[in-house]
Amino acid sequence: MKRRLLLLLPLVGFLLLALFFYRGLALDPSHRDSALMARDFPAFDLATLEEPERRVDTSLLEGEVTLVNVWGEWCPACKQEMPQLLSLAEQGIRMVGINYRDTREKGLQFLDEFGNPFEVNIFDPEGDLGFELGVYGAPETFLVDRDGVIRYHHTGYISPTDVRDTILPEVEKWQ
Amino acid sequence: MAMIRPFLGLATALAMALMLLGNSSVAMAAGIEIREFDDPVMEQRYRDLTGSMRCPLCENQAIDDSDAPISADMRQRVYVLLQDGRADIEIVDHMVQRFGEYILYNPRLENRTYLLWGTPIALTLAGLLLVVLMVRSRRNAAARALSPEERARLNDLINRKRPK
Repeated sequence: MKRRLLLLLPLVGFLLLALFFYRGLALDPSHRDSALMARDFPAFDLATLEEPERRVDTSLLEGEVTLVNVWGEWCPACKQEMPQLLSLAEQGIRMVGINYRDTREKGLQFLDEFGNPFEVNIFDPEGDLGFELGVYGAPETFLVDRDGVIRYHHTGYISPTDVRDTILPEVEKWQ
Repeated sequence: MAMIRPFLGLATALAMALMLLGNSSVAMAAGIEIREFDDPVMEQRYRDLTGSMRCPLCENQAIDDSDAPISADMRQRVYVLLQDGRADIEIVDHMVQRFGEYILYNPRLENRTYLLWGTPIALTLAGLLLVVLMVRSRRNAAARALSPEERARLNDLINRKRPK
């Protein structure tokens, strides 16, 4: 009888593997933790989109919890998430934009057309700051606490559900 | 692989034919830039590094094979860091700090990955152990001699005439 049971061992092994892989099917590889979590916002020194002569650096992000949104005129999902960002700004959350791999002209045109929830926009035409942030597409959004440390990273489109279920609770947590 | 080679050859021949016809824009449709190296060692390091990093956007393409803008940026950064005289490990660290462990096709050996690297070794050892145990138990089982009745029956079976 014992030997018979031993014959079931390969089946058990197979079932365990099947379970493991079945679970893997439900995982979304694009949802992964940011490498920058709990690290200082990378140093930068760039002009703003609105005023080419005004330069900003990391001190911009200190003293207040800030949502930093990486966007570009060329990015369709950025247009779709603008209403959500505008409503976040209306609720009194400080927003800073990074105009990523764009031209000044197109960036300003975008803000005219879709609204401007940002206190200021950092102009990053070469994607240098984006690279330091590990941005691999737009839109991406970072939550930076009052000490300038990255606390949350959202890749991709922010839906109204995301605002309610993740963004607002995260902002609350670090206020 | 062997099945694909002839098709690659065919594709190359086709591309060359098109170039000869003065249609050279077709052959260079892929968006991956060509870099010149004076030093063949440097070139090999560049190839190895860009071939071992995964594009963060496309999920299953190495950055040397991907025309995503981020892959181009990463290749450029690898190139710049190489020219800057940085070691391979420094360049890999530089990328992992920004894009995460995810970009490594060969995950590093650390707490989180012991199971991943250890399982194949553990399974091989378990298999070897199983084989040794089976061989030994067979050897012990074969040692018992046949009883006289069994021997008689065996002889009977061997010597039985086959029915025509």
